[in-house]
Order: sequence, then C-alpha cells, then structure tokens
Amino acid sequence: MEASSIPPTERGRLAVAGARATTAAMLGDQPRKDVLRNNLFAGLLLLAVLIALAGLIALIAQATVKGWSAFSFDLFTNPPSTLDVSNAGFRPALIGSGMLIVGVILFVVPIGVGAAIYLEEYADRTKWWNRLIELNLQNLAAVPSIIYGILGLGFIVRGPLDLGFILAAGAITLALLVLPIVIIAGREAIRAVPSSIREGSLALGATQWQTVRQQVLPAAIPGITTGVILAVSRALGETAPLLLVGATVFVTFNPEPFSPDGYSALPVQIFQYATRSQEEFKALAAAGIIVMLGVLIVMNSFAIWLRNRYEQRW
Amino acid sequence: MEAGSFGASGKGAGNRSPLEAPSSRIGEKVIQGLLAFCGLLSVVITVAIVVSLIGPTIGFFDLVGPIDFLFGTDWSPSFEPASFGVLPIVVGTLSVTLWGMLFAIPIGLATAIYLAEYASPRVRKTVKPIIEILAGIPTVAIGFFAVTFILPSIIQPIWPDNLFGGDQSPFMALAAGLGIGLLVVPVIASISEDAMSAVPRDLREGAYALGATKAKVAIRVVFPAALSGIVASIVLAISRAVGETMIVVLAAGSTPNLTFNPVESIQAMTSYIATTATGDISQGSPDYKAIFAVGTLLFLITLVMNLISIRLVRKYRQVYE
Repeated sequence: MEASSIPPTERGRLAVAGARATTAAMLGDQPRKDVLRNNLFAGLLLLAVLIALAGLIALIAQATVKGWSAFSFDLFTNPPSTLDVSNAGFRPALIGSGMLIVGVILFVVPIGVGAAIYLEEYADRTKWWNRLIELNLQNLAAVPSIIYGILGLGFIVRGPLDLGFILAAGAITLALLVLPIVIIAGREAIRAVPSSIREGSLALGATQWQTVRQQVLPAAIPGITTGVILAVSRALGETAPLLLVGATVFVTFNPEPFSPDGYSALPVQIFQYATRSQEEFKALAAAGIIVMLGVLIVMNSFAIWLRNRYEQRW
Repeated sequence: MEAGSFGASGKGAGNRSPLEAPSSRIGEKVIQGLLAFCGLLSVVITVAIVVSLIGPTIGFFDLVGPIDFLFGTDWSPSFEPASFGVLPIVVGTLSVTLWGMLFAIPIGLATAIYLAEYASPRVRKTVKPIIEILAGIPTVAIGFFAVTFILPSIIQPIWPDNLFGGDQSPFMALAAGLGIGLLVVPVIASISEDAMSAVPRDLREGAYALGATKAKVAIRVVFPAALSGIVASIVLAISRAVGETMIVVLAAGSTPNLTFNPVESIQAMTSYIATTATGDISQGSPDYKAIFAVGTLLFLITLVMNLISIRLVRKYRQVYE
C-alpha cells in the first residue's frame, strides 16, 4: 500500500534502488565475529530451553520408572499400611482428595465468580477501596501456601471459626488459597466480552444485572470454567497447608467431611510414604505421584480443550 | 409518557443517567451488594491472615525478646533450655533460594529470550505451554524428584567429595535449590517473555536497519527495554522460592544450620513450620507460638517482594501498552 503511493518517476526508482543497495550492503557485510557470536548465542538459548524441558521429562520418567513396580489396581482400593507394604494403597487419601475438591468447588465458584463480576462490571476503579481490593488480590495470589496453612490453623481450625481438625476445615483452607486464581481468571473472561454486547443489551432496556446474567456471563463461562479447573488442579496438589490443618494422621478408614477422626489427602499420603527410608515405600510414593500427575494431565487437557472448543471470537 | 421522559432528560432536569431504569429496583441493589461482598472477601482473607498471625506472635514476644529472636544464632526450640534465634533458619531459606536462583535465572531468561526473539510462532505456541506445565506440577512431586534423583544421580556423581568440607548427607540445600529452580523457571520465563513481547517492534526494526544481529538486538535493545518486567519476574520467583515448603522439607532436611554450604543439610523457615505444626502440638506452648512468629516473618518478607514485583509489572505495562 505504501509502495504504490511512491510516484513512478526516475527519482523514485533511483531512491528505491539506492535504499535496497544500502540495505543489502549492510546486511551482507555483518562482521564475521558478530555472525559467529549471534549463532553461539542462539545455541546457548536453545540449550537452556532444552535443559528446562529435560527437567520436566526426567521428573515424569523417573516417577514412572520408580513407581512402576508398585503400580497396580490395589493402589486405588487398599488403605495405607506401614507393615504390609506390598498391599498398601491410597484409598482413604483418594477419597479425601475427592471430598476436598468438591468442597473447594462449592466454596470457590460462587464467591470467585461473584467477586470477578463485581470488579469488572460494578466497581469504580477511581475509588481507592476498589484499587485496594485489586492490589490485595495480586498479593494474595503470591502469598506462600504454608501461610494459608497458618491461617487455617489459627482462624478456621482454632480461633474464631473453631471447626476442629475436620476435612471441611481443610477444604475451606484450600478454597481460600485458590480463590485469587478463580477471581483473576474470571475477570479476564468477563473482560474479553466486548462492550458492544453490554451496550446493546442496556439499549434494549435490560437492567445491569439482566445484562450481566443473560449476556456477559454465558459468554464468559468457558473462560471461567478454565480458571476453576486450573484452581482445582492447584488445590489437588497442595500439601503444605493441609499438614497444618489436620491431614496428617495415619488414616486407614474412609474419611468423612465433618468427622473429627481425621482425614488424609493424596499429596499428603505421598509425602508420608516419601519420608520413609525403605525403597518399597519410595516406590509407593512414586506410584502415587503417577496417579496424581495422571489426574492433573487429564484435568488440564480438558481445560485446554474447553477453551479451544468454546472460545468465542468477537 | 415516553415523550415526557425524553423531554426531561433532554433538559437535563434529573441528574439520572439516561441508561438507568425509570424506577429504582431494589433487586439490583441487593445483587450489587452481594457481589461487592464477594469482592470484599478477598480483603477479609488478608485481614484474617494478619489477625491469625499477630495474636500468637505477640504472645511469643512476651517469652522471647524480638532482638533475641531476629539476631539470635541458635535455633533449638525443642531442646532444654530452648533457644529461639531465627537466623539459622532464615539463612537456610536464603541458601536454598540462592542455589535455586543461580539455576532458574539464566535458564528462565534464556528461555524467555528464545521464545520472544528466536522461536517461530509455531514453536512458541508449543514450547511455552510445556514449560508452564512445570509450574503446575505439585511441589511434593518435585521434592521427591529432588531427593531421589537430583541428589543421588546428578549432584553426587559430579560434586567432588568434601569440596567445602561438608559431608554428603541424604539431604542437602543444593538439591532443594535445584528443585525450586525447576519450579520457578516458568515464572521467570513466562513473565519476562510477556515483557519482551510488549517491547514495540519499531525499536527492534530500528536496530536491525542499522545492521545489528539478532543477538545484539535481544541483548542491547529488547533486554533493557523490558528490564522492569524482567526484574519483576525475578523478584516474584524469589518470593515463590522463599515460601516454598514441600521441596525443602523433602530434600533439604531439618537441621538448623547457620551455613551457606550447598552440600549440607539445613532447615528453612517453611520446613520448621511444616514439621513442627504436624505433631500433636499443644496450643499455647512456646513451640506453637514460634510457628506463628516465623510465619509472620515469612509473610512480611514475601509481602515486600510481592509489592515490589506488582509495582514493576505495572511500570512496564504503563510504558508500552
């Protein structure tokens, strides 16, 4: 487009030819040393990427090789045991993790989505308290998980809520930990809905909530779901906060949400096996890691598929 | 009626915006209030964290002076007489963080430059999510990898015996550091790559037109232009490393040890909290309160770093977006 606007005069042609010759001379005459350095630099960069990828592959491969001998169907149906290693499994831990996840979803979806809607659709960003909420969220997303464990211990298990060391307390602790993830993902999904949709709806006489409820939310659901899945997969793998809120007892029975008898979760059980010195327990821990990574891969693939399948291009 | 309301708003009689409904709806207000409550809950979480930390911490400082706590060099809370000098476990945390960063900063930055400047769009679209998988791997799995693979199969074969006079124990700071390094590579790579991609193209093209090679453009133009985002990513990665628990618990051991020696077993702040709070610890004992005091220190350290990083990210967004 730009080129056609140059008049086809002798002067124009000369100028183009001159520019082309200069550029060619410049690029053709890069000093050998520079070219060599450039290639060396590119090689180093590629090496760094390969090291990072190798770390990931080694982690998965090592868990698979080490855990393969302990991997069997019994893993899912047998309770843990310190005496009978060959029959020890993860059943109470798997059930515990499942219940924790359900609790996290029940808590985090309404509050996370509500907060995201408020911040995107209602909050006036010039007001200091709304900016405070925003800053606070960004910080919360980076608070160490063990601090949430302390919050759970000092505020939920004991202190003001005083629930005791029950599974529900663990679920609330994990929910608070992943709430910022859901809010941030929800906000991005809502922001991606173009304002013309809102304006069209408002112009037809819909109220603000009707607009949000019937236009914005349906369009944002794939993005919100992706965020929830990412948050759940983070909650599934978290160990440290659960250690502080009671998921430590050696549990051989199926846990219940409000029972004070204690509960267990998959990563905590893996941790308990991993700290034992015998090789058989290490193999059991590795087998548990395979199960956990397997579940995470399935969940994350589903999130990616969902995003690609339902993502709307406006 | 319609004409009337048009006339009213045309004259600017009411200070109502024309989009608002003619009658105020209570339902709308209730819903707005509920949503605002959800938004406020995130602030409540922070307040609850501070409240749950501060009470026992004050109680702890009644038993142990703040100066003795912050500058004491002996951490032996379960011995008799107990000593609560926090420096050994702070140094333990810093040591692990240092080894992690020595690995993660070069690898993460190189990955970011490769993805932003060298990779074709297709390579970038496949490599970036794969690197980000690392950030999603549960830390208990990385800790297990550090203690059963990095330590015996990578560090011990290549590390000359007794280089720093330390005996090679089944736990060491370096193994935990490398595990943490692996965990934070995607943090550095991802945020730095975003910052580099936000550098306007004309800056690059100007340099290319003057005959610069790709390496020179990346190092002398893009890198300085994206510096605030790059520093933000590193600060955030340090904050992650300081707060990381399971990798340190599994790979670095639990021996309070005032040393930066990479091949010795150490105890980090997080691993003290995690290993002490798991037992049947009685509420109100000095041990119990010490968990909260260490937690307060940890919270403050990470808070400062998070705020610095948030500020820096905001800065590069303002400049280029």
